[in-house]
Amino acid sequence: MFSNLANLIRYRGLIQSLVARELKARYRGSVLGFFWSFINPLLLLLVYSFVFTYVLENKSEGIQPYALFMFCGILPWTWFASSLSEAAGSLISGGNLIKKVLFPAEVLPIVSVLANMVHFLLGLPILVAFLIYYAHLPDALDLVWFPVAVLVQLTFTTALALMLAALTVHFRDIRDLLANILTLWFFATPIIYPWTQANVRRFKWIFDMNPFTHLAISYQEILFYNGPIGHWKWLLALGAVSIVLFLAGYWLFDRLRDSFAEVV
Amino acid sequence: MNAIELANVSKVYRRYSGRQFATLKSALLQRSILRDLQPSETFQALTDVSFTVPKGSTYGVIGRNGSGKSTALKLVAGITKPTSGAVRVDGRISALIELGAGFHPEISGRENVFINGIMLGLTKREIQRRFDEIVEFAELKDFIDAPVKTYSSGMYMRLGFAVAIHVDPDVLLVDEVLAVGDEGFTHKCLDKFAEFRRRGRTILLVTHSLNLVERFCDEALWLDAGVARTHGDPKRVVGAYLTAVEHSEGQLLADATAKAVEGARREGQDRQDGREGQDGGRLEGHDGEMSPAATDPTSNMFRATEGRWGSREVEITEVVLGDRTGQPAFVFHSGDAVSIRLKVRAQQPTDDFVFGVGLFNAEGVCCYGTNTFLEDMNPERLDGEAEAAFSIESLDLVEGTYKVDVAVHKRDGYPYDYHRLLYTFRVKSRTRDVGIYRPRHRWTFSPNVRFK
Repeated sequence: MFSNLANLIRYRGLIQSLVARELKARYRGSVLGFFWSFINPLLLLLVYSFVFTYVLENKSEGIQPYALFMFCGILPWTWFASSLSEAAGSLISGGNLIKKVLFPAEVLPIVSVLANMVHFLLGLPILVAFLIYYAHLPDALDLVWFPVAVLVQLTFTTALALMLAALTVHFRDIRDLLANILTLWFFATPIIYPWTQANVRRFKWIFDMNPFTHLAISYQEILFYNGPIGHWKWLLALGAVSIVLFLAGYWLFDRLRDSFAEVV
Repeated sequence: MNAIELANVSKVYRRYSGRQFATLKSALLQRSILRDLQPSETFQALTDVSFTVPKGSTYGVIGRNGSGKSTALKLVAGITKPTSGAVRVDGRISALIELGAGFHPEISGRENVFINGIMLGLTKREIQRRFDEIVEFAELKDFIDAPVKTYSSGMYMRLGFAVAIHVDPDVLLVDEVLAVGDEGFTHKCLDKFAEFRRRGRTILLVTHSLNLVERFCDEALWLDAGVARTHGDPKRVVGAYLTAVEHSEGQLLADATAKAVEGARREGQDRQDGREGQDGGRLEGHDGEMSPAATDPTSNMFRATEGRWGSREVEITEVVLGDRTGQPAFVFHSGDAVSIRLKVRAQQPTDDFVFGVGLFNAEGVCCYGTNTFLEDMNPERLDGEAEAAFSIESLDLVEGTYKVDVAVHKRDGYPYDYHRLLYTFRVKSRTRDVGIYRPRHRWTFSPNVRFK
C-alpha cells in the first residue's frame, strides 16, 4: 500500500495534465469558455442576493448581509459535493483506461477532486469582490487559516472520494444514493443558517459529529465573522481525522484495486 | 536473458454473486459487504500457462476467440493480476491493446497526444521531442489541432497507434491492432515492427493472422480454452492449430449435415402423413411427393433451398463424403481426392435409374453436375441394397464451403429420391486465389523474370 502511495507522487505529472484536460474539455465549445468558472458563482450569488433581499427577506441578526454569509458556506460545499458525485462515477466512466491501459486507477477520483478545487479557487475572486462591495472585510490575521481550511477539506474530500469510487464499482446504487445523501447533508450543515441559532445550539452534539459543520464554520469565521477564529481546534482535529480517513480510504481502494479491471 | 516470463500462470475471472440483486442496502442489512465481494462463480481463463520470451525476439500467440490470448496479454501488461503463478517482465512495456483508449473527444489531437503519452509513461519533454514524428506517422498533420471527436475512426486509431509505438518500449504488446488502417498504414506498422526487431526489442503479438505469425515470429504459442497446447517453431504451431481447427470445423459440418438430413427426413414424413390422412386410400407411389421438382425439375435446379423429395421407390439411405482413404471427412484441401458414396435401397428391382451428383458453392452456383445418364451409362438392373461411389481424383476448387446434391431418378427425370444441398463440405487452401475452379496450372517465365 505504501509503495503505491509513493507512486502517487510519480504520477503528479499525469494528474496535472488530466486536471488541465478536465477543465479545458469542460468549456470547450462554449463562447465564454473559461469565464464560466467565474460567471457561475457570480450568477449564483446574484440569485441568492436577490431572493434573500427582496423575496424572502432574512433579517436574522449577526448574519447580515445574508447572501454573503451563505456564499461563504456554499462555495466550499459545491466543491465538496460535486467532487464526490463525480468521483463516485469516475472509475466507471474511465473504465476504458482501467481495462486497456496500465493506469493507476486512484488518479481518476483524485482528478475529480482537484478539478473541482480549481473551480472553487476560481470562485474566490467573486467572493472577494462582494466582500469589498459590501465593505465586509475579514481580519487579515484570520486569512492565514484559510489555506489550512482548504487543505483539510482537500484531504477529507479525497478520502471520501477514494472510498466512494472504489465501492461504486461494486455497488452502482451508490451514485443515486449519494445524490440524496448530499442534499440531506447540505441541510444538516450550518450553511444557510448560522450555527449560533438557538435551535442549532440545542442539538450541538449532533452537529458536531458532522465533519462538514466544522469546515463550514471555519470558512464563515475566517471570511465572514469579525473577531479572531474560535474554531481552529475543531479544524485541526478534523485535519487529523481526515488524514486517518485518507489512509483508510486508500487502503480500501488498494484492496479492491485488482477487481476494478474485471468488474468495471 | 528473457524479457517476459510466465510461470504456471492461472487466471480465474470472478463473477460476483447475483450482481444485479446485490445492492448496497441488502449488503449492509446482511452485513455481507465483504462476502459479496468474494467470488461465487468463477471462470477459468488461463490454466497453468508458462512461456518465456527471450529478449529481442518476436513471439506470437494464436488461438480461437475466447481462448485466453487477450487475458495473457493483459497479465503481461500488468493490467490484471494472475490468480496464481508469476509474471515477470523486464523493461518498459507499451501495450497496443486498445488504441486511443485515453483520448478525450473534446480536446485537440495535439493535447491528446501529450496526455496519452504521459499515461503511457513518457515525460512531457520526451513527447515534445517525438511530437512531429508521431504526427507524421499518423498522417494527421492537417488535423492535429482539431478536436478528436471530429476524427474518423481510422484517424483515431492511427493517432493511438502512433503514440503507443513512439513510447519506444523495450517490450511491445500487440493485440490484433493491425487491422486498423488501410493497406498503406498496415505496411507502415509492419515496417515499424521490423524496425523494432532490428533494434533488439521484444514483441508479443496476439493475432488471428496466421500468416503474420509465420512470417514475423521467432516462436509461437497456441492457446486453446486457456491451456497452452503447444509452443515453439511458428510453422509447426500454426500447422497444429490449423489441423485442430479443421478437425473441429469437420465436426461442425458433420453436425450441420446430420441436422439437415434429419430435418429433410422429418419434413418429408410430415408431408407424407398429411397426404395420407387427406386422400385416404389413394394409391401410394406414382406422383409421390408433388414438390415443384417433380413437376418441373429444371426450375428447381437453380433454387438453392435444401430439401428432399421423391417417390422413394429407390431410396438413398446414406451418403458419405470420404477422403483419399475412404474415411468420412468434411474438410478437404484443394487438390485432395474426394469420394461421395451413396447407399441405396430399391423396393422393387428396376431397370430405369440414373445416379446424379451436383456440387454447389456457398452462393448457390452450380460448380459441377453430372449423372450416369449424361455419361451414357445405360441402366440395366438395380435391386435390393446397393452402393454407388462418385470419386473425384483431385478436388480442384478454391477455398470455400460447398454443398452437394445427390439424386436417384428415372431417365425422364421422375425422382426416386432427391437430396438437395443436404451435405456440406469445406475446401481449405493456403493460396488465396479467387473464383470457383482451380485448374491444374503452372507458371513459366523467361530467364530474365526473377522472383525472390
